[in-house]
Amino acid sequence: MGNFWTGYLEPGLWIVAQILVMILPVAVSVAFIVYAERKILALMSLRRGPNIVGPFGLFQSFADFIKIFFKETIIPTGANKVVFLAAPIITFVLAMIAWAVIPFGPGLVVADINVGVLYLFAISSMGVYGIVMAGWASNSRYAFLGAMRSAAQMVSYEVSMGFVIVSVLLVVGSLNLSAIVEAQRGLWFAIPLLPMFVIFFISTLAETNRHPFDLPEAESELVAGYQVEYSSVSFVLFFLAEYANMALMSGITTILFLGGWLPPLDIAPFNWIPGTIWFVLKICLLLFVFVWVRATLPRYRYDQLMRLGWKVFLPVSLIWVVLTAGALVAFGWLPTKG
Amino acid sequence: MEQLLLSYLPILIFIGLVVVVGIALMAGSFIIAKQEPDAEKLSTYECGFEPFTDTRGRFDVRFYLVAILFIIFDLEVAFLFPWAVSLGEIGVFGFWSMVVFLGVLTVGFIYEWKKGALEWE
Repeated sequence: MGNFWTGYLEPGLWIVAQILVMILPVAVSVAFIVYAERKILALMSLRRGPNIVGPFGLFQSFADFIKIFFKETIIPTGANKVVFLAAPIITFVLAMIAWAVIPFGPGLVVADINVGVLYLFAISSMGVYGIVMAGWASNSRYAFLGAMRSAAQMVSYEVSMGFVIVSVLLVVGSLNLSAIVEAQRGLWFAIPLLPMFVIFFISTLAETNRHPFDLPEAESELVAGYQVEYSSVSFVLFFLAEYANMALMSGITTILFLGGWLPPLDIAPFNWIPGTIWFVLKICLLLFVFVWVRATLPRYRYDQLMRLGWKVFLPVSLIWVVLTAGALVAFGWLPTKG
Repeated sequence: MEQLLLSYLPILIFIGLVVVVGIALMAGSFIIAKQEPDAEKLSTYECGFEPFTDTRGRFDVRFYLVAILFIIFDLEVAFLFPWAVSLGEIGVFGFWSMVVFLGVLTVGFIYEWKKGALEWE
């Protein structure tokens, strides 16, 4: 019995505790990201934004959640019930489990697997499943068209994201996320790989179905795309997943290009601040850009969106991968394993 | 081997935990909130009229084309991952072999482009 306790239960509980320490801040920060988005959008268009619930309206998202939790779950008559209810859960689960491999600081990671990048790439590819299932199971024209658009858009930009990731891997020579961050000590990859950084950031906007690529939701034509038939908590799960994905994509961009938890300069006032705070600050900066873009740019047309993905980003990133590899081989800069 | 598998254990527990949280949230709301379904509420949402056609009818074939193109290029990326990590060991020979492979795919890509598979008028 003692063996069972020390052998299985104790490490198991330790892992569960680690996971909870990970999930809870992510879930709470989603509430504040939504609040921040509404507030920033409001300030950019000279409105006040939420300001009733709590000081400066800080608890608005929690009030919204409680209200929506007590709403009726509507399952349309024509819907395929099991798939209809499974879709938001799958989307939510996929948005959350990707956080398992994100290092918040040196060693601060739930699962430090040696193929971290591959895992993230696989999980973000699977995000399409939840959306297609939701659109198909709703049995509604708007939902179906929104899901088709969303799926096509996500897979299109995933290809160029893949090439961008490969160019980072070439420089680092490892698939481990902590190793990728450590390799940026001295120079962040955003500087030598600047075009790839720009492509990756724009692709993350398309991947998370955000403005200016929010065609799946296009409220002026498709109402809300694949979410149109969802209500109550099944809608909340989609919503949570969307914002958790935004934060996740910002986190991946930070790890790949902005030096993860490393301070901008490795000198006195900067390296006093713990790495985790730098990491969170960089994510906040990228999230601010997400909102800023939404407040500034008009929406793309669908043909423009597909043209940008397939005819601009794909060739450019493909050529850049070959150039990076060629330069590394020619000048002997390739990372070698010790 | 055991050590390698053990590093994936937290992910397995993570998935289990999040699935439980998701289902619990949904079931909790379903039980607590008042459920009063009626025919109008459950009908498919459409702007003020009954749906004209069945949802699961035909749709644009270009979505299939995009999916097929995606499979080709995603496999290519999956193939590039191990190459990128081990380029330090395989050196110049590895680089040129991959250039040949990418060249073949680029020819296919140019063909698709010329054929208009990437057009969305």
